[in-house]
Amino acid sequence: MIEVRFHGRGGQGAVTSAELMALAAIAEGKYAQAFPSFGPERRGAPVQAFLRISDTPIRLREKIYAPDVVVVLDPSLLATANVKAGLKPGGTLVANSAKPVSAVRGECGFGGRTAVADASKIAEEELGVPITNTTMLGAVMKAVGLIEPSSINEPLKERFGRIAEKNRRALERAFAETIIEE
Amino acid sequence: MADEGLVPWRQLALGMAMPEAGSSKRFNTGDWRGKRYPVTDREKCIKCGLCWIVCPDMAYLPDEQAEGFYKWDSYYCKGCGICIAECPKQAIEWREEKEEDKYGPACGS
Amino acid sequence: MARRVGLEVSLACAEAAKLANVDVIAAYPITPQTHIVEHLAELVADGHLDAEFVPVESEHSAMSACVGSSAAGARTFTSSSSQGLALMHEILFIASAMRLPIVMAVANRALSGPLNIWNDHSDIMAERDIGWVQTFAENGQEVLDLTLHAFKVAEDARVCLPVIVNMDGFLLTHVIEPLLMPDQAEVDAYLPAFAPQQRLDISKPISMGMVGMPEVYTEAKKATLEALLGSYEVVKEHWAGMAEQFGRSYKPIETYRAEDAEVLFVTMGSLGETCMTAIDEMREQGLKVGSVRIRLWRPFPVEDFLAAIKGAGGLIVIDRALSPGVPAGPVATELMGLLYAKGLKVPVHNFVAGLGGRDVTREDFKKMLQKAKDAFAAGGEMTCEMVGVKE
Repeated sequence: MIEVRFHGRGGQGAVTSAELMALAAIAEGKYAQAFPSFGPERRGAPVQAFLRISDTPIRLREKIYAPDVVVVLDPSLLATANVKAGLKPGGTLVANSAKPVSAVRGECGFGGRTAVADASKIAEEELGVPITNTTMLGAVMKAVGLIEPSSINEPLKERFGRIAEKNRRALERAFAETIIEE
Repeated sequence: MADEGLVPWRQLALGMAMPEAGSSKRFNTGDWRGKRYPVTDREKCIKCGLCWIVCPDMAYLPDEQAEGFYKWDSYYCKGCGICIAECPKQAIEWREEKEEDKYGPACGS
Repeated sequence: MARRVGLEVSLACAEAAKLANVDVIAAYPITPQTHIVEHLAELVADGHLDAEFVPVESEHSAMSACVGSSAAGARTFTSSSSQGLALMHEILFIASAMRLPIVMAVANRALSGPLNIWNDHSDIMAERDIGWVQTFAENGQEVLDLTLHAFKVAEDARVCLPVIVNMDGFLLTHVIEPLLMPDQAEVDAYLPAFAPQQRLDISKPISMGMVGMPEVYTEAKKATLEALLGSYEVVKEHWAGMAEQFGRSYKPIETYRAEDAEVLFVTMGSLGETCMTAIDEMREQGLKVGSVRIRLWRPFPVEDFLAAIKGAGGLIVIDRALSPGVPAGPVATELMGLLYAKGLKVPVHNFVAGLGGRDVTREDFKKMLQKAKDAFAAGGEMTCEMVGVKE
């Protein structure tokens, strides 16, 4: 079982990120859980979303305390949200940042495997809005796999309809542009 | 407590519904009346119908034989006197009821 | 054919109501039930479900409208939570006394105060005695299945009682997970159209909701009580029917690795899943522990429970609500009364955990086991302890 924690700000789509990945995994025949950090929904406030993917049924209703993967959708959270909390030493941090990996590591204090994509820039260029949730999925898939790249297409179409294609392009660009350092 | 007159639980209708319409028609509230009953003086009556409106047991109904007046029904009148208290013309007053009068012709005004 | 889908559990509940082809939904939105009624409102507005959606101004009105529509012979669904359920309180008794087969999904949530929108069972524990059939779901599939099952039980001529399906707020309602969604033909085969035993009909008038004088109130309560107790067999029968139709079987009490267990956890709702995983981990350490999960809460399945705990050296009963001023939480209080009535001297250790959204983890189960084992070994009295209180 792989456990993922997403950090974002209310309105950036962290919950949607977790949902889309879960739906893609379920469509592959896997087991998955996606859930928000339960509570009031407030635009701009730091939020978390959680994702579990497993080959066997998941029988757990506790939060994720020791994630294998942490995804940060908003660069400003790297230094402020304690994103590395509980992240397994062998785990992976996937961050949205315009800075190099070394700077990202410095900001969040995690020295392990780190993947960085400038998702804000990609989203701005491909979608025209700085909403990085689908873009960052490309970085996640590049860094840790989790699902087959094609599995995300159907959930994207379901969720975004006619703008699904734009989101897919943003995702693919991030997949290509993500820089990973072990 | 003695259980005479109680209905066994298995015999109650589902949800204690009353599976029959208008069963209250059989409810003889006139039996509760004491030794007096209300009588309307139709000379004073202005046919306003307030007795019909305020009566809690529908003991007044429009009189089919005399248009505009209301006919008193001894079967339902429980002798509460609300009609007497509310009549704007004091056209209704108590009359002593003799045992032989009960439900008899003297009761119909 | 059923489809394997990924779906938020709230939506699975709403889809179950749609598959049941409900006629009337009267509901007021409240966190964490909101997505259930939002989705149903959408389905009705978009023409996917031919039903009346009554957007009432309060939960008191929601349940009152449900009483009216069910009495008129409409298949009726509603959903609520916490303060909303509390606001329905007085009408809940009326619905069962009038023998109306309303189905309600309750997204379990703490009661204020302090104001709290997160999960526990204090809302439903305040409604134990309303005379409804009540089940507790463990996961999304159960939410879907128990909702369909609820209509089948409620409308059965031998029952004619309202049914609540309890699902943990957020912990279930807001989770996307895989489940098997049956198709309409399968559901229709399991759940035929509603054929009310009696209804308000101007061409054949009856009166419902009559006053019950002292001369008849006791008999009326007895009749409703017997119907609730009698629903036990019907509940099981329709679970058997569900196994036949959908291939998933349910029991009033579920056990997990209980056969040779020295100590058994007793849980309700989604906590059962974390409990099972914790048990697997504890078993690896050689600890003989298992679990018992109460799926049917009302009528309480006494014999099933006693059979499930047979041979256990001790019970750890987890309550997700407080019963202030008595020695244990509401579930433990009931179970201890039951054990006493049956002359069983099984030691019970009660924990109140997961109040107002406090997470209950595998580690918590391990700590609870250690504490309970120490208490059992010391032969001490039953104790009730709140888990994780910061002193």
